[in-house]
Amino acid sequence: MNDRVIRCDVAVVGGGPTGLGAATHLKSLGVGYVAVLEREVAAGGIPRHCGHPPFGMREFRRILTGPDYAARLRAAAEAAGVDIRPHTTVTAIERGPELRVSTPDGLARIMPRRVLLATGVRETPRSARLVSGSRPMGVLTTGALQSMVYLKSRTPFARPVIVGTELVSFSALLTCRHAGIRPMAMVEERSRPTAWRAATLLPRLQGVRMLMDTELARIEGTDRISGVVLRHGSGREERLACDGVVFSGRFTSESALARMGHIEVDPASGGPVTDQFGRCSDPAYFAAGNMVHPADSAGRCWQEGVATAEQIAHSLDGGLPAPDTATTVRPADPLIRYAVPQRLVPDSRLKAEIPVRVRFAGEARGTLLLGDGESGVLSQHTRALPERQVILRVPQRMLCPDMDTLSLGFREG
Amino acid sequence: MNTNAPPQDPTCDVLVVGAGVVGCAVARRLALAGARVILAERAEDILEGASKGNSAILHTGFDAPPGSVEQACISEGYREFREIHERLNLPLLEAGALVLAWDNRQAERLEDIVKRAHANGVTDAGQIGADEAAALVPGLGPGLRSAVHVPGESLVDPWSTPLAYLLQARSHGAEFLNRCEVREGHFEGDRWRLSTSRGEFRARWLVNCAGLYGDLLHRRLIGEAPFRIRPRKGQFVVYDKSAGGMTGTILLPVPSETTKGIVVCPTVFGNLLVGPSSEEQDSRDNNEVDTAVLEMLKSVGEGVLPGLNSHGVTAVYAGIRPASESRDYQVHTDRERQYLCLGGIRSTGLSAALGIARLACRTIYGDGHGFPPPEDIRWPRVPQISEAGERDWMRPGNGGIVCHCELVTRREIENALSGPLPACSLAGLKRRTRATMGRCQGFYCSAELSEITAGFLEQPMDAAIRQPAP
Repeated sequence: MNDRVIRCDVAVVGGGPTGLGAATHLKSLGVGYVAVLEREVAAGGIPRHCGHPPFGMREFRRILTGPDYAARLRAAAEAAGVDIRPHTTVTAIERGPELRVSTPDGLARIMPRRVLLATGVRETPRSARLVSGSRPMGVLTTGALQSMVYLKSRTPFARPVIVGTELVSFSALLTCRHAGIRPMAMVEERSRPTAWRAATLLPRLQGVRMLMDTELARIEGTDRISGVVLRHGSGREERLACDGVVFSGRFTSESALARMGHIEVDPASGGPVTDQFGRCSDPAYFAAGNMVHPADSAGRCWQEGVATAEQIAHSLDGGLPAPDTATTVRPADPLIRYAVPQRLVPDSRLKAEIPVRVRFAGEARGTLLLGDGESGVLSQHTRALPERQVILRVPQRMLCPDMDTLSLGFREG
Repeated sequence: MNTNAPPQDPTCDVLVVGAGVVGCAVARRLALAGARVILAERAEDILEGASKGNSAILHTGFDAPPGSVEQACISEGYREFREIHERLNLPLLEAGALVLAWDNRQAERLEDIVKRAHANGVTDAGQIGADEAAALVPGLGPGLRSAVHVPGESLVDPWSTPLAYLLQARSHGAEFLNRCEVREGHFEGDRWRLSTSRGEFRARWLVNCAGLYGDLLHRRLIGEAPFRIRPRKGQFVVYDKSAGGMTGTILLPVPSETTKGIVVCPTVFGNLLVGPSSEEQDSRDNNEVDTAVLEMLKSVGEGVLPGLNSHGVTAVYAGIRPASESRDYQVHTDRERQYLCLGGIRSTGLSAALGIARLACRTIYGDGHGFPPPEDIRWPRVPQISEAGERDWMRPGNGGIVCHCELVTRREIENALSGPLPACSLAGLKRRTRATMGRCQGFYCSAELSEITAGFLEQPMDAAIRQPAP
């Protein structure tokens, strides 16, 4: 075991908006050696691949394209004294904490005092959606399309179908426009677009059909895609000639390191279980950003990175409450996709309320109910929409040391 | 490789048709025996037919019909693989298998399974109780009655293995010709004259390893085939590497008369595989997947290992087995015309290939044919891409990781695009390196890959086919 050993105060795994925001802020809080481990050729995360606006309102008070925004985040981190290490892939995380990394020059071990996991999300590809049909080239996710178009100036197809109507689906549309690609249609299984209605102006402006209540039933073609079969809500099937498919959205936490390491993962969110400080089941590890709650905008992730940096700095000073008094929030209704943080720790220091983000699996109006069945119940009227989040503010008085779990339910109406 | 030129010397001792795992193994064995071999493949790359999609298990042959050609070839092939794999740098994961009986009817059949295993020379197979099985695989679903443990069942890399056979054949003078379809052939007294898409060839012997097209090639060359290929599709679901730790053991159902059934097994790459389905079809090349079948495989997998339901699916694929109406391999020799047909290699080709190759060599050259002395045998080593050994990302100078999910380096990709048997399709590159085969399926690396592969692939990753608006 003669790998190089690098010691630092905080190692940030992942150089996207969350990781760069956190690292920069850690430096401004006076933390000594902060390293960002980025597996790609440059830090910046998904915005680096995303050549269109709007990015940067929260952070820089102006509207930037993704790559410009990513460059500013990098520059800010470097100016603050963060050690950004591109081409550095973390291959395993261990207790200690200790990280095993691979670089073009071989292996190394990183021994930090704290680790922030900020590895973000990926979209659900065709395979995991179990879509029928042949498996030709030209089936991409938005992420792959964007990096091809914006980073490498390559055009994978001319007339694709875009599956999904999340925000990122409209980003796929903008990417297509940039590359001179004319999508044939946008397809959505649900009866209404997932992103806000205003976004649906975009396909109309680009002359792209929006097909609601429609699923992609089959992909056809041998080497290249020749067409797809769409199944409408009525059961009627329609063949649409096209030469590509973009599967957009259905973000999944990129949490393989946590899963394959010793960190507890929430099957519902797919990300690490954290408390309101971002602390994982191993309290030397923190997690923040989209990997914890797939998926939010870059600006929100950056903001969360900054907030988590505060907690990591407290933790280095021994200033965080012990994790063992936590109460677990357990979603108990199929409409609730997940709630984060999963663990709430009574904190005598400041705020009276702990915000919990709740994401839904479907559409409904009703009341969120948080309680343990005995003592007081917190209720909040809300309108649930898929992929949108609702913040539930949990008063600290609901937490007492002998309470293990709070159940989070939903009552329609 | 990107030429359609005729071979340097169009005369050979043996022309092998079809570069699946069997054709590669046959070419290797005959080249080692000193024959001048040409391996002709219709497709752009090796392994484009039945050998493309299988379960990657190296079977002991414990459940093969005793006395069958299949059983003899598996047994011989299994033994030889174990002797040679290290020298070719091929991984072998000695996982062992459990045949699981979930009800009384299945449990009653285990005794016969053990008897058959012993008759087939797999003497370490034995029945074990449900608690012993659970000790081996703690995550097994409830209700297991008992099981047969077959310690010798193993896992291999299904793509590097035939590649290594062919590399070794080449280092002993064999020539590989891709895009070479055999169109016509006549036996002219002492040799074949063959007309192909890459010119005319002469060969003393012709070996038909055409897999899914074996009966059609037979008809074209010899006349009506004594068997008919009945293509059988098998779909698979591959779970994420996070599920790889759920079982280190291959989990088999009690087999039926026609199929081994749906297997849940680890892979040498660290994933977990569920499949195959068993679907008779007319098409020899339709390897489409189907949502309903994939859902069925998931539910079977999650029945065997309930914890699977919290893990993601990384990939899905389908392979087509060249089954025939017979239960045994279709080996037919025509000594007059110096023709050997190795057909109907239904689902055990990967395990049996080396044994089939020995059978072919014995048929053509008789027993006791001289091989080069061991010190003269060259052992090319294939790149090691399984989780079983050291990978390139662990070594300096690798150029950086391109595919983050499977930790594939730039150097590995560049090597696969050059060298003696370069990848000339994206599929071939995936099989040689595993690039894009991980959980993100190209979300991160497609762009980088399309740049690195530009100019190397027949079908570039980024060439949009401009078609008129429908």
